[in-house]
Amino acid sequence: MSAPTFDLGKLHGGMRLEARKSQSTTQGIRDVPIPKQLIIPLKQHVGDEAQPVISIGERVLKGQLLAEHYGSLGAPVHASSSGKVIAIEPSPVTRRYGDKAPCIIIETDGEDQAIEAWEDPVDYRELDPSSLMQKILQGGIVGLGGAVFPTAQKLMQATSGEIEMLILNGVECEPYISCDDMLMRESAASIISGARILMHAMSIEQCLFGVESDKPEAIRALEDALSTYDDDRVVLKQIPTIYPSGGEDQLIQLLTNREVPTGGLPSDVGCLVQNVGTAAAVHDWIVDGQPLLSRITTISGDGVLNPINVRARLGTPIADLVEAAGGYTDRAEVLIIGGPMTGKSISTDEVPVVKATNCVLVLSEAPSRERELPCIRCGECAEVCPVNLLPQQLYWHACADNEDKLREFGLVDCIECGCCDLVCPSHIPLTYDFRMAKARIRELEDEKARAERARRRFEAREQRLKLEERERAEELQRQKDRARKTGKAAIAEILKRKRKKDD
Amino acid sequence: MIFAAITTISLIALIAGLALGFASRSLPPAENDQVEQVNDLLPQTQCAQCGYPGCRPYAQAVVESGEAINLCPPGGDATVEKLATLLGREVIPLAKAAPSRREVAIIDESLCIGCLHCRNACPVDAIFGAQTLMHTVIESECTGCELCVAPCPVDCISMQAVA
Repeated sequence: MSAPTFDLGKLHGGMRLEARKSQSTTQGIRDVPIPKQLIIPLKQHVGDEAQPVISIGERVLKGQLLAEHYGSLGAPVHASSSGKVIAIEPSPVTRRYGDKAPCIIIETDGEDQAIEAWEDPVDYRELDPSSLMQKILQGGIVGLGGAVFPTAQKLMQATSGEIEMLILNGVECEPYISCDDMLMRESAASIISGARILMHAMSIEQCLFGVESDKPEAIRALEDALSTYDDDRVVLKQIPTIYPSGGEDQLIQLLTNREVPTGGLPSDVGCLVQNVGTAAAVHDWIVDGQPLLSRITTISGDGVLNPINVRARLGTPIADLVEAAGGYTDRAEVLIIGGPMTGKSISTDEVPVVKATNCVLVLSEAPSRERELPCIRCGECAEVCPVNLLPQQLYWHACADNEDKLREFGLVDCIECGCCDLVCPSHIPLTYDFRMAKARIRELEDEKARAERARRRFEAREQRLKLEERERAEELQRQKDRARKTGKAAIAEILKRKRKKDD
Repeated sequence: MIFAAITTISLIALIAGLALGFASRSLPPAENDQVEQVNDLLPQTQCAQCGYPGCRPYAQAVVESGEAINLCPPGGDATVEKLATLLGREVIPLAKAAPSRREVAIIDESLCIGCLHCRNACPVDAIFGAQTLMHTVIESECTGCELCVAPCPVDCISMQAVA
């Protein structure tokens, strides 16, 4: 076993949280049976909604394209089992405000009949990087770590030549969640293969693979897989278990000691981060021809009988996943999509599993919300902030709606990890306040952009009206001039004709 | 000695005076800047509710002829406050209540007769259409000024809230 490499970069702040992962890692990944109905949202990624290419009543096969990608940021959506399309309509999804979004609803036939491959699988090494990226785009693959950024579009950053290093994120720092851990244990070879494909697509030769040191089984499996591939471009690095070391910028800092600049992207420091699940999905698509049809989701918490990791078809209702985990206990009270720190609590289990669903948490009671007291400026929050912000100052300016100060103190860099909430002795919901302040700033910026557009359009119109006015005046003048010049002769001509007629 | 000092000081004063005089003539007058600044604070809905044909004309009136700063309902109290700070005037309540939500015009396309009246009324060219053909509002560019509602002879335009 390689020695732990704790001496790489240093992360500011962060917290050691109780992991609570062992309850869901005692058993292997279990498949969830095909549900009666699949509810497949058209938008399961950052960017524009996919455009349906099937019609209601049509029979679709597993792996068939349901909706094609649209816009510069988009991803296609595929059928995760065979059946009949019964509707394309708004249905509840796990958005932040629990609203509805357009979904394709498929009544499954239980046959799970797969579509024949469109083309013979080709060796990816024979494809040039840009056609490989195009192929990855067609597989509907998006970042499975939770941000669901379309993978192909992310890889395209490499065409500018700025990227020198792929970073694989096998750090799952939030309590309860263990889907990446289980994937690394069971499909290490797919992940390594996916990493090699990703490197080929970006024409780079270096990959750092970050895993937390508290995942010995995963590390062993990865080392085995690495020795089979015998690829020394991929280097496994163990990092300490500190929340939130799995954040994109935090992981880069830990592994490379490079700091992503404020408002910048990992590409600014030559890195591109992909989640291990994404790498495995790329392997499944490019090597096995299977588009992104399912994902691994952790079902955990003291509200389910048998915490477990499941492989669920995209579109399976959350209720079916809970069923697979033995069902609710009598004490189940709160349903959360995502982890306890960054997840969202939802009010119905009728919502489907989507590409972003890494965890379903059922708890017996809501994380206690104590009475909020005034800020005493103790500075605990600044100690734990992994982005090195001053939450107490931000809080102050958020209360005063002072957007300029919020910008100045780097609100945009807040990753909403929730550490400041946990340590605050006054129980101030800082992360919530920051989220609201960010939304408000975004709204103001939208408004400003709209006003700027309207101003330009108004000025363009004024100019056009002035031009039209001038053209009209000129035309009138021309007609007058013509009449003056030819007028007399024309009248004489007419009089002559008339006289002739009279004669 | 004393003459040398007087000459030096006078020379400096003369040079400075000339420079200032030149600057005040050749640089654009500050008022124009201020019109620009006021215009930047206005919401650019071009709704003409202030009695001027658009945001820029209103900005001009505020700066040049001392028009009141509370005539812009879409801007709300926030705009009045910003204008007061910029111009060193007193904050006064809005002359007309601010709209409570963002709205855009929607044309009921089944009723539209293609008369062009609304298209000609739109201050930001956000209505699309040709004579005798159906018109439609380019929603993303509509500022919700309502100037197209009244001219419509068949009343097929309504204002709808934006989600």
